[in-house]
Amino acid sequence: MKKNVTGTTVIGRTLIYTLLILLAVISVLPFLIMFANATRSTIEIQQRALSLIPSRYLLDNLSHLTGGGSRGFNAMVGFRNSFVVSTGATSLAVYFSSLTAYGIVAYDWKMKHGFFAFIMGIMMIPTTVSTIGFYQFMMQLGWTNNLLPLILPAIASPTIVFFMRQYLLATLSLEMVEAARIDGSGEFATFNRIVLPIMKPAIATQAIFVFVATWNNLLLPLILLQRQNLFTMPIMVSLLRGDIYRTELGAIYLGLSMTVLPLFVVYFILSKYIIAGVALGGVKE
Amino acid sequence: MKKHKNNYAKYGYLFSIPFVLAFLLFQLFPLIQTVFVSFTDLRGVTMRIADANVLEQPFQNYIDIFHDPTFRTAFSNTILIWILNFVPQIVLALALAAWFTNNRLKIKAAGFFKVLFYMPNIITAASIAILFMALFAAPISPANDILVRLGFLDAPMHFFRSESFAQGTVAFIQFWMWYGNTMIILIAGILGISPTLFEAAAIDGATNIQTFFRVTLPSLKTIVLFTLVTSFVGGMQMFDIPNLLVDRSGPNNATLTTSVFIYNQAFSGSWMFNRAGAASMLMFIMISIVSGILFYTMRDRDAGKIKRERKIADKARRVG
Repeated sequence: MKKNVTGTTVIGRTLIYTLLILLAVISVLPFLIMFANATRSTIEIQQRALSLIPSRYLLDNLSHLTGGGSRGFNAMVGFRNSFVVSTGATSLAVYFSSLTAYGIVAYDWKMKHGFFAFIMGIMMIPTTVSTIGFYQFMMQLGWTNNLLPLILPAIASPTIVFFMRQYLLATLSLEMVEAARIDGSGEFATFNRIVLPIMKPAIATQAIFVFVATWNNLLLPLILLQRQNLFTMPIMVSLLRGDIYRTELGAIYLGLSMTVLPLFVVYFILSKYIIAGVALGGVKE
Repeated sequence: MKKHKNNYAKYGYLFSIPFVLAFLLFQLFPLIQTVFVSFTDLRGVTMRIADANVLEQPFQNYIDIFHDPTFRTAFSNTILIWILNFVPQIVLALALAAWFTNNRLKIKAAGFFKVLFYMPNIITAASIAILFMALFAAPISPANDILVRLGFLDAPMHFFRSESFAQGTVAFIQFWMWYGNTMIILIAGILGISPTLFEAAAIDGATNIQTFFRVTLPSLKTIVLFTLVTSFVGGMQMFDIPNLLVDRSGPNNATLTTSVFIYNQAFSGSWMFNRAGAASMLMFIMISIVSGILFYTMRDRDAGKIKRERKIADKARRVG
């Protein structure tokens, strides 16, 4: 077959676009079914489980989901706790990672190369292997049923330090730091007032990823939290597996929709930055 | 002047202190405690680590875990599910990355496709697991509905009673959540390759396929290695999806992974922290060894190949 200027046959192009459209459909279809079924009654779902046409039983499903007292699923409580944990962890992670990276880039100290090599080394340690020891430690401290153990460890985030260091190497001018010194600014104040604002783009990128990763984390909250008023969103989701919701199909879809919707909104507002951020993370070599 | 500069060195140490403290407290200390627990008799919901004693045969927990058929199942499931997810993932991500960066192909609405392909990655894995549970539930679910209506099935099917379906679904979800991420990383990698290489290939009349295998793929070695290792480390720790998709890890523990096994040992009523600790350490050792091997073999071959390529290029230059 004769090839056109694109180097690909018409059939080839058609196949590629077909695959792209198919993948796009597979990406969104499960969520579309979920949102549609969230508005449909259990009877409607029983008669026809696959439908993309919304119905009018959203509020009925909501009362099945949250009503009846002790069913457990509470999107508002989950949202609040996840918000507290994610905001706390994100603030600590980006602030202290920036501070650590600045300490490595801006000052000449004996151990700085060793310290950076150490950060690179611990980046790859799989975090879940120390879960048992972490749980025992929190028992010793009496910190189970407490949101702090989900927030404080974010102070040591090696991958973010790595990223922040790369950013500072490319953007920080030491003359500016020197000028601040001459003006009598203390080192810590220079970091807070001059360096942090320079790092804003990097902070924004990393903040999105820490926030989402913390928001989605299931294992640690599941182990540490027993009190329902402390449950985070992923634990609330796992309650939808329970037998009490088995017969309320519409309610399950609605519960899922309530946990997915906030992420959808965030993603479609920030998708450009998120995708640029993923690309940056990959080319760190 | 030099003396003056040295005064500032202390700030380097000072600014690193919070990181180091948090690392020691929340990462290193728990890791050491896990190692310690793995050699002790720590079990039971009320027992505290302070009361734990090192066993007479310190490696007894490791021996028990090693001989536990459930652990072996969990371990081989984890490897199998990871391979089933990673192989199609890297193949598709490479193809998509090559198409999206192909100047002659000029894919329309590329940004739109990228946004949709990456999307599942950002959604809570726990929600996705339960969504797929609902989509493939029996007897009533969208999957059963469409398959019966189209005549593929006579009656609703209990999908998750099949071992391979349960494992396949976990692998598919992992694949579906991660191929967009891998694709974007590979696109960034391809955009980092010197455009002159592609121009040269075009001038030489290379087809898209030849360009992909001779130019793109060899230049992407490091990034593919990076994806391989991060995916492996993540895959070995896979927890949310296999824990929530199927009841009690499916038929014959088909979707039991190492992380779920560890969780069950410690927290699912049995409170055997010591055995969970030993299993964690085995997982840690295994991840370290395999990542080490991957790095070592791929690096070496990479360096050898670059040398060979340089020789060929030199020769070509001399001939030219």
